[in-house]
Amino acid sequence: MTQTGSSDHTALQPLLQVKDLRTHFFTRDGVVQAVDGVDLTIQHNEIIGLVGESGCGKSVTALSIMRLLDHPGRIVSGEVTFDGTSILDLSEREMVDLRGSRISMIFQQPQSSLNPIFSVGEQIAEMFQIHQGMHKAAALDKAISLLCEVGIPDASTRAKSYPHQMSGGQAQRVMIAIALALNPELLIADEPTTALDVTVQAQILDLIRDLSRRINTAVLLITHELGVIAEMADRVAVMYAGRILETAHTKDLFAKSSHPYTQGLINSIPVLGKVEKRLNVIPGSVPNLVELPDGCRFAPRCQARREYDLEICNEQEPDLVLIGNGHKVRCWLHQSSEGRQVPLATDGGNES
Amino acid sequence: MGKQTELTADKDNNALIQVQNLAKYFPVDDGRRRRVVAWVKAVDGISFAIQRGKTFGLVGESGCGKTTAGRTIIRLMEPTHGTVLFEGKDIHSLKGQELKAIRRDMQIIFQDPYSSLDPRVPIGKSISEGLQIHAIGTKRERRELVMEMLCKVGLEPYHAGRYPHQFSGGQRQRIGIARALALRPKFIVADEPVSALDVSVQSQVLNLLKDLQEEFDLTYLFIAHNMNVVEHVSDRVAVMYLGKIVELASREELFGRSLHPYTQALMSAIPIADPEVRRERIILSGDLPSALNPPCGCRFHTRCPIAVDHCSVEEPLLNEIEPEHHVACWLVN
Repeated sequence: MTQTGSSDHTALQPLLQVKDLRTHFFTRDGVVQAVDGVDLTIQHNEIIGLVGESGCGKSVTALSIMRLLDHPGRIVSGEVTFDGTSILDLSEREMVDLRGSRISMIFQQPQSSLNPIFSVGEQIAEMFQIHQGMHKAAALDKAISLLCEVGIPDASTRAKSYPHQMSGGQAQRVMIAIALALNPELLIADEPTTALDVTVQAQILDLIRDLSRRINTAVLLITHELGVIAEMADRVAVMYAGRILETAHTKDLFAKSSHPYTQGLINSIPVLGKVEKRLNVIPGSVPNLVELPDGCRFAPRCQARREYDLEICNEQEPDLVLIGNGHKVRCWLHQSSEGRQVPLATDGGNES
Repeated sequence: MGKQTELTADKDNNALIQVQNLAKYFPVDDGRRRRVVAWVKAVDGISFAIQRGKTFGLVGESGCGKTTAGRTIIRLMEPTHGTVLFEGKDIHSLKGQELKAIRRDMQIIFQDPYSSLDPRVPIGKSISEGLQIHAIGTKRERRELVMEMLCKVGLEPYHAGRYPHQFSGGQRQRIGIARALALRPKFIVADEPVSALDVSVQSQVLNLLKDLQEEFDLTYLFIAHNMNVVEHVSDRVAVMYLGKIVELASREELFGRSLHPYTQALMSAIPIADPEVRRERIILSGDLPSALNPPCGCRFHTRCPIAVDHCSVEEPLLNEIEPEHHVACWLVN
């Protein structure tokens, strides 16, 4: 069942390239700019983390890549190139062929993503029947071996179970089995462990990492938890109010985060074994995506802006600029275009 | 060998709350007639005490009984057996006026700020409802108190006339806190107060809870599944598994030197937000067994990485292994 399509020109082009993607929702209350100019590159076999708070547009980014948006959402502009082909130009028919076989997705609520009236074995087998025209009996055999692979004990009996008979962790394993059945080149995991307990979360994260490495699948891991990112991802993109504010290799992001939002996020998590009297906070809350501020979207909550008393943050939005090896940041503190020298946040010792 | 502390764990005179061998079972009927065929032992004999002005953390995975414990302790549910002493009084034996009086002193903050506020009632009214029930102050005084509470939790007085849907999750949780505080309680059960909130808002609410504790000399029972949040807020911590406490110690002890294999696994499972840290992870196999049919012997033995034969035969008691450090495990002594 191995599909060799593209691994030869690994070095030539990225697996997935998203350029200036804009997805808006046309609601009665106005246009919600859920995703507003997102650039994202995913290389073959890498795990890239997309982190942000609820409503920042990370899930909509994933659904746009899969072209699974519902009314009133629409991709307004941008390009999504998967292995050289433009996804946004494909017909619905071609898209159906692509989904599941070359790009697949798992969701936050495994129980509600599975069909309640089919056994899990049938739901896995369906992948082989639809995409590879396999007969039902053979497909069921493959489904059972897949269940074994994702760590479900007594797989041949469990294949006959229905989703409601499984725990959240097991249902997520079934989802992973379905998603990875056809060795896709890209797996999009949207908050795969948020609904699970910590001990089960650790199991599922290990499973995703091991399986994706083994079958050479790249993973776009969407989460709000920086801890999950630190343990899983090779590279990270931090999203806020529909934009990417910072992107870097995971090590760099945690060692020398440069955007005040990223710094705020990292500093506001209580760290095990390090008790402080008070936690650092990011004041305020996520902005309303219908009425976004004019300048930098984070400016109203930004403490660095206040500290340096920067006017420009409220007037004009900064670009995503390169500040180090693969490290990009969208912040006026790090832009020095046209002789405009702005103090760097990292050398001021202002991090609390 | 530690001495047995099943019933007297943490006995102390300065305790505001003393929970003694508390249990709550839920009946399961056969679906047709109302015949009870089994019992879900959600909480099965837990004992601890909470000191005045301190925070007691109750941590565990979903289904371990921590929420049921919290609700039974403030008598939102009747226990199957066991007692809860509030300032020495058994709250489950109180009736009428005495019970009503004690309810003022015990309040709760819920996990989900979306479903815990009535969508058709302005939040000012939700906050003053308790004051009204207990006939505190005149209408005008109550209104002033609501304004004061709103300011205390970081909202504005003009918010009182607004409805829940006009607020964000973090703001709603602040409203829930204002509602709990309005009656000036001594004891608050905070049931997963930050787990529905965004990371950047979580820390705001945790800081607020800490400030209010100092200002009003509050005692908290802080229920959570998140170990790092519990470590941040608690003075003492109990870890629950399938209705039982498996380890109980001061924060420093529990997080510095956890002794129970389940506590150790819970801690090692937490993803750490630092890619440079590489740890030895203990990954538990399987899921939490059903509380309807818990494993015999030690309830953790089916997932325990170090279990021996004896663990499946006899249940270990919560023993004081070291001063103020209680562990229920055959292999720790």
